[in-house]
Amino acid sequence: MARPFPFTAIVGQDEMKRALLVAAVDATLGGVLIFGDRGTGKSTAVRALAQLLPPMKAVEGCPYHCDPSRPAGACPQCNGATKGKLASVLMPVPVVDLPLGATEDRVVGALDIERALAHGEKAFEPGLLARAHRGFLYIDEVNLLEDHLVDLLLDVAASGENVVEREGLSVRHPARFVLVGSGNPEEGELRPQLLDRFGLSVDVRTPTDIALRVEAVKRRDAFDRDPEAFCADFAADEERLRKKLTAAKKLVPTIEVEDDTRRRVAELCVALGTDGLRGELTLLRAARSVAALERSSLATMAHVKAIAMPALRHRLRRNPLDEVGSSVRIERALAEVLN
Amino acid sequence: MTDGTGRSAAIWEDALRAADLIAVDPDGLGGCVLRAGAGPVRDAWLIRLRSVLPAGAPVLRAPCDVGDGELLGGLDLSATLAGGRSVAQRGLLARSHGGVLVVAMAERLARTPAAHIAAALDAGEVVAERDGMTIHSDARLAVIALDEGLPEDDRPPAVLRERTAFDLDLRALSHRDLAVALPVRSADDMRAARSRLASIQGPDSLIEVLCATCAALGVGSVRAPLLAMKVARASAALAGRESITDEDAALAARLVIAPRALHLPASDAPDEDAAAPEPPPQDQDREPVPDQPENDKGEVRTLDDTVLEAALAALPPGLLAQLQANAQRLRAGQTGKVGEAQNTVRRGRPIGARRGDPRSGVRLDLLHTLRAAAPWQRLRRQAIAGDRAHPTIAVRRDDFRIKRFRDRKQTTTIFVVDASGSTALERLGEAKGAVELLLADCYVRRDEVALIAFRGTGADILLPPTRSLHRAKKELAALPGGGGTPLAAGIMAAGLMADEVRRKGRTPTLVMITDGRANVTREGVGGRAQAMDEAAMAARSIRAQGLRTLLVDNSNRPEPRAGQLAVEMGATYLPLPRASSRMISDAVRSSAAAQPVAAR
Repeated sequence: MARPFPFTAIVGQDEMKRALLVAAVDATLGGVLIFGDRGTGKSTAVRALAQLLPPMKAVEGCPYHCDPSRPAGACPQCNGATKGKLASVLMPVPVVDLPLGATEDRVVGALDIERALAHGEKAFEPGLLARAHRGFLYIDEVNLLEDHLVDLLLDVAASGENVVEREGLSVRHPARFVLVGSGNPEEGELRPQLLDRFGLSVDVRTPTDIALRVEAVKRRDAFDRDPEAFCADFAADEERLRKKLTAAKKLVPTIEVEDDTRRRVAELCVALGTDGLRGELTLLRAARSVAALERSSLATMAHVKAIAMPALRHRLRRNPLDEVGSSVRIERALAEVLN
Repeated sequence: MTDGTGRSAAIWEDALRAADLIAVDPDGLGGCVLRAGAGPVRDAWLIRLRSVLPAGAPVLRAPCDVGDGELLGGLDLSATLAGGRSVAQRGLLARSHGGVLVVAMAERLARTPAAHIAAALDAGEVVAERDGMTIHSDARLAVIALDEGLPEDDRPPAVLRERTAFDLDLRALSHRDLAVALPVRSADDMRAARSRLASIQGPDSLIEVLCATCAALGVGSVRAPLLAMKVARASAALAGRESITDEDAALAARLVIAPRALHLPASDAPDEDAAAPEPPPQDQDREPVPDQPENDKGEVRTLDDTVLEAALAALPPGLLAQLQANAQRLRAGQTGKVGEAQNTVRRGRPIGARRGDPRSGVRLDLLHTLRAAAPWQRLRRQAIAGDRAHPTIAVRRDDFRIKRFRDRKQTTTIFVVDASGSTALERLGEAKGAVELLLADCYVRRDEVALIAFRGTGADILLPPTRSLHRAKKELAALPGGGGTPLAAGIMAAGLMADEVRRKGRTPTLVMITDGRANVTREGVGGRAQAMDEAAMAARSIRAQGLRTLLVDNSNRPEPRAGQLAVEMGATYLPLPRASSRMISDAVRSSAAAQPVAAR
């Protein structure tokens, strides 16, 4: 398979990069939606992130690569085994592509035809959702995804569990993954239910700054010509970022938030009129991840500010008579709350 | 030789050159969009391309309604049935690896297959997760998107135009123009060019120049300069050079950047050099050099001048208006089209099948059901072998596939009528008539109609969205008129209703009937200046909503303020003094019909 472009070599697009890193630090945030112009490196960034993720421990031989240290959330097989018995291996965090046009049985899993024919036994062949467990599920052109697959994804994403009843076979396995979607708004809108699922939402634009654009084109061109050499140039940067990410993942449960910050975040969400509490909760959690990435033990308003846009952008109630974009509204509200 | 034939010859020469370049670096350049009707010109171009491709390189053809299975691969039905086990079949993309995939009538290619092709162009491989199999195959190929180009607005999907280097327009050529031919390139020449490609050197500043040219012409995507760079490199390789010259760069600008241009440099910012190719930031000291490009032929011409000029020269004269229209269309986005497409299981154009129960009115897709059942036949036969009367084909409930369709969304036409002043009664009367006429054929089109009137101090919803002719007639029977013109209130009420309509899954269309002379503010007090300002602001929000809008100006002679309002709203302006019901309803209908119908 072709070598992906290094994450650290992506020029500009800071908001997108930050959102992806934050989602990688805290897998429970609900993933990232990247919407924007063509040729801005949306899928490049997601594929690059896959290279950056530190390897994870998984139960050896488990088709769902369960976490050996947490048998509670594991598949029936691993859950039944006593803790000491599970041998573990290190494996790369799965980043699974859900290609457009994937059929339903490949997504949820189906009967293993070969085994059924060869041995006459009914065995379950896990699908993409099983493969993405504890990792990332990436959907490019997410707004073109078939409706029945969207329903299915929403269901699994909400319950963290995939249930398959097929040909007299009943399988239930954990499927918790970070959903990453990308798309171009000109191709069509995203269903509101799916939009809500994403923790963070990023708008990517073509850089207007010529120097940035030149640098982006130069790097891509160099990469296309000699991927090996190009990746070697960025190997040190990649390693540094990987360490930072590993440290942040460890650090994030310990990060504190002061009451004053909580109050201001609440004020911000009230001022913006976001529906429900999810915006608030997501923003606080995302701010913690930002703090963890910066190795700070306290999440402050500076961290909130850094991630407020992606955390809230898609949660504002759309006011047709307000011609100001959501980004401007968030900026204004932030400025007010900060003063 | 007239000027016209000279131009035709130049176009043909460029087209042939593009074919050669694609053959040098097929997957790097991604191919091209070829805009030409079926005929000798297109055939001659394809023959040329075939002749320069490596021997044995596949040249496959995909129809515009190509299915996922065909494109990506999947279950080979006959082999599966014969062998009793699932046998994979490679799709068109995988089989085109190392060659060319020709997409016929690409302007009608649906989004999903276009996205698959785009993904293959990006990744150089296809991954299909279908029919119980995962198929990974290499797919480094060039795509030739044939665009018959009959309606001006129907173009191949943007995802393809974005990823293919060239957009060739050969519609103006006839077979008489084909006399010019580039030197015949032997297989050895081509092989040499391909092997030279990796070592081609270019001036470091070229990328900067290409980026600046793109910026000057409003080309946003970074793919454009990248493709231009690759074209320049392929051009140098083809000419047998070791490094890129100005000539190669100019060719790249002409063939790659110019067709993507959204505006001319001058039209954007005539006062500053922001629009002209900016010199790279580190070269500040080049600025004070006396006069720049223009007629200064004696001076040393810098590369960026050459490149931008090449791009500009490739733009046909008088294109400015069209470019601006392009840009406007882009900004307007795609929402608001009459009858946006949506997927359903009951009616519309068939778009495939999914697992499901063929009850509750949905239709069974027999072929796909049999396909799903195929791999299991041997096993099922074994399971029921004891039974003497076993069926020839065992189909289980899990195999059932139901048909899916794509349908137009239904439209709700919202009339917003200015019921103020002296002409109010007449105007309202005509609007009422138009509503009734539209409702009369709404049974066929399954459309709804609503009516909002504004007068005095505010706007009223006289008729919420309805399909009932009876009810509409009853409610429209007695409507008051007269008073001031609270235009902003009217527009805002329409905006709110349109949003509601959209939330119900219908496509709203606005028809405003007014003279655009606002004199009452949103608060309901008089004041012409403020009322006009507010109306303009409300109008802009309508445009931001991306609504399809028709503004009927019914003043006695076209009122500039109404025209201005139409611009602010992004509306089609229609001056119709003394508009009759029939004229209005015809206008609404024809403006709906003029919409390009997507996904057909």
